[in-house]
Amino acid sequence: MNFPILSAIISIPAIGAIFILITQGSEKNIEKNSKYVAIFSSIVNFLLSLFLWFSFDKTISDFQFIENKIWINGFINFQLGIDGISILFIILTTFITPICIFSGISSIKHKIKEFLIAILVLETLMLGVFCSLDLVIFYLFFEGGLIPMFLIIGIWGGSRRVYSAFKFFLFTLLGSVLMLVAIISIYWITGSTDVIKLLNLTIPEKYQYLLWLAFFSSFAVKMPMWPVHTWLPDAHVEAPTTGSVILAAILLKMAGYGFIRFSLGLFPVASDYFTPFIFSLSVIAIIYTSLVALMQEDMKKLIAYSSVAHMGFVSIGIFSLTKQGMEGSIIQMLSHGLISAALFLCVGVLYDRMQSRAISSYSGLVNVMPKYSLVFMIFTLGALGLPGTSGFVGEFLILVGVFQKSIITAFFASFGVILGAAYMLWLYKRIIFGKILNSELKKLKDLNKTEFYILYLLAFLVLFFGFYPEPLLNTIDISIDNVIKNYQVDLNLFLSQRNN
Amino acid sequence: MNIALYILPELFLFFSISLLLMIGIFYKGKFKPIKFLTITSLFFTLALVANQPNEVIKIFSENYIIDNLSIVMKILTLLFCILVLFSSNEYIKINNIDKVEYFVITLSSVLGMLIMISSYDLILFYLGLELQSLCLYILASFKRNNERSTEAGLKYFILSALATGLLLYGCSLIYGFTGSTNFEIISNNLNDKNFGAIFGIVFIIIGLAFKISAAPFHMWTPDVYEGSPTSVTSFFAIVPKVAALTVFIRFMYVPFINVVEHWQTIVVFLSIASMILGAVAAIGQNNIKRLMAYSSIGHMGYALAGVATGTIEGIQSSIIYLIIYLVMNLGAFACIFMMRIENNYYENINDLSGLSKNQPLLSVSFLVIFFSLAGIPPLAGFFAKFYIFMSVIKVEMYALAIIGLLTTVISAFYYLRIIKIIYFDKAKKPFDQIYDWGLRASLIISTISILLYFIYPSILIDIIASIQIY
Repeated sequence: MNFPILSAIISIPAIGAIFILITQGSEKNIEKNSKYVAIFSSIVNFLLSLFLWFSFDKTISDFQFIENKIWINGFINFQLGIDGISILFIILTTFITPICIFSGISSIKHKIKEFLIAILVLETLMLGVFCSLDLVIFYLFFEGGLIPMFLIIGIWGGSRRVYSAFKFFLFTLLGSVLMLVAIISIYWITGSTDVIKLLNLTIPEKYQYLLWLAFFSSFAVKMPMWPVHTWLPDAHVEAPTTGSVILAAILLKMAGYGFIRFSLGLFPVASDYFTPFIFSLSVIAIIYTSLVALMQEDMKKLIAYSSVAHMGFVSIGIFSLTKQGMEGSIIQMLSHGLISAALFLCVGVLYDRMQSRAISSYSGLVNVMPKYSLVFMIFTLGALGLPGTSGFVGEFLILVGVFQKSIITAFFASFGVILGAAYMLWLYKRIIFGKILNSELKKLKDLNKTEFYILYLLAFLVLFFGFYPEPLLNTIDISIDNVIKNYQVDLNLFLSQRNN
Repeated sequence: MNIALYILPELFLFFSISLLLMIGIFYKGKFKPIKFLTITSLFFTLALVANQPNEVIKIFSENYIIDNLSIVMKILTLLFCILVLFSSNEYIKINNIDKVEYFVITLSSVLGMLIMISSYDLILFYLGLELQSLCLYILASFKRNNERSTEAGLKYFILSALATGLLLYGCSLIYGFTGSTNFEIISNNLNDKNFGAIFGIVFIIIGLAFKISAAPFHMWTPDVYEGSPTSVTSFFAIVPKVAALTVFIRFMYVPFINVVEHWQTIVVFLSIASMILGAVAAIGQNNIKRLMAYSSIGHMGYALAGVATGTIEGIQSSIIYLIIYLVMNLGAFACIFMMRIENNYYENINDLSGLSKNQPLLSVSFLVIFFSLAGIPPLAGFFAKFYIFMSVIKVEMYALAIIGLLTTVISAFYYLRIIKIIYFDKAKKPFDQIYDWGLRASLIISTISILLYFIYPSILIDIIASIQIY
């Protein structure tokens, strides 16, 4: 029972990366062995995290599997632990990583060894983010992820990769350093950076606003929220397919997770105060980026902008602070993790064959790639939130939650659904239907085996959770109740103090 | 008898210098075992320092102090001097500067640093400082027939003489207004109303800022770093910083402790100016030694931020910063020593282009060291900055903390640029892949300790926790 399962989950990919780093031999052998090591360690990690999910007690709201070690004497303890919210993100991470590795192996041509190391190190850091229960440890993992991602975009990216990698790195770093100031301030205000302790005590109101803004600056860039979203389209377009998948599926979710865990948990008064601010930014993001997405000529850019819009839904859902809204946000994050990953993989499939991401270079693909067209349709419908896909569950719950809080916000946010249908269907129509205009397209081959299994597996999950989201809702239910309860208690305490 | 026991390390070093000097007279040209003898004598000095009693002792009518601070700093000086000699061994050999003088002068400057670190008196401090600086001028111009090297030496000498003049002027003002050169007596006689002495403090800070190469007194640094032989540059970037920071701390916290609010503003200014200059000016540099010069200016700015807090935590965080900085620079210069093709050393950062293809492991070291210099977690450089900002925010100097962190982002740009050149650009002619073991060892030590520091960060805290200022 005392087996440190969280440490194991965090460290297995890193150990795999070390193995790959020290393999010696002929180039061919190294390549082959590192592929095996990467696949093996990521799949073991996925199974381990599934085991974690089964042994996770869904009936208690406390943090579970807590590990606590002295790390910096007298300052900080290395504390890990999970609740119903983090477990799902852990599984999302361990599920997406092997997919990225499989897709990377078939599409990446040079420096495959370094690529696998970068992916595995990134997995370690991402899992660390979701497991850590200490602000400093959280920051460590949160920021550390920049290094492998920078390399993934920069080494294996497209033609403007250097610009995009720098933009990605500097934007995120700039947002995050303010969070570091806030974390240190919290240490000196409360005497601890232990999240469990901090959730139980309250930070004086006068500090909360600035601290909230400092955390917000970091999460807003990562999320990304309008107007600091501009790094995302660049990063997505230039990153290799696998990089885009990880970025969209997991890295963006860290911000949503951070909002729920830290912004709401630590600064309830400030969160309440800034809710209209978040709502306005998110509504602008939803409508503005949807309109921008309509006009894109690059498929990856279109999906990137749609990600910004979808994450806008997530942020209004979180700050609606209703049970439906927050559960919807988490489902939306998970489903976006699957759907956007799949959409980027779909674009990657075309890019590998034609070396072009322009929408105009494709037409009538249904004639040559029927399997591809079918699975692409499922993801298109998932992205626009058709009932029966996981996208619908998330968006619907969010809108239900937001209606209780602010009808105007819900009214405007609903336009996002319509616009989403517009740009996704239009994209689908232009690529898949019509006549084949370019003779090269006639030679296109349909999905190969790896692509087929990956994409249809994702499609199955999107449909499965669309019809039966119960396993997910069941897991997060009590944790969400707990977050909302804590928030209400703290907030009422402050309000009554202020009235006195 | 007792006194001799307490200054045994210095005495031992002094006698070994004299001995080596005499050997050097009899051997014209090269004397092979000199390297071995130099390093052995440094090792013995290190052992003697490490064996000094763990208590506060003041000798020579309380003008020379042996306490935890001085012992830790002396150990750092000696240890890093040894490591620098190991890593620059190959460079010295190939560039034909492994003469007896080189080692004797290096040792003498180390002796000067040891005296500086322990000095508790203005005159003794000045003697140590001058012994150290004179040796450094000669080292800077050691490649006599190279134009840039002689220029570097001369430039360093002239500017340094000016700074020393200001420092001496400050010392004489302090002496005049407090009536003593002993730190403790100065501290007792100094108060807010003693304007003459406060005037002197400004001059002393200027002199010290010059030695530590803090902006706006940094002008010599880029030229001297670029012009000197790389072995000397790596020595400059690492070893003298320890002594300079120690005397900075000692001056601020012993004789001037009663007028904290007067010097605090100046040190905050120095710190902010260095951080900004170090971040902005390095962006346009193409010579890696010049870039490291600006980087070291920036890093000294962070170390000074810890000093500026006026608390014991601040000093401790500065010292931790210094230690991590030393390790990172050791690694960075080891990388620079590896930029060699057939006995020619390269200094332009574009020569690194596409290194990752030819030498993957060296590139990983570059990656780790430069991300660490940029302060990205989970590498050691992040913890260095973390401790500094812990102490800065504790005393609620938010402006300093936020400016410091924003300059981290700016400076990340040029560190990233090097990573970009190594990893994203097309491969050029590969560097030689045969290095001597000293270079290899110092690179491995530095990379591994930076990379794995996060596993047990308490290690430095434990060392530093005992440091108090007397």
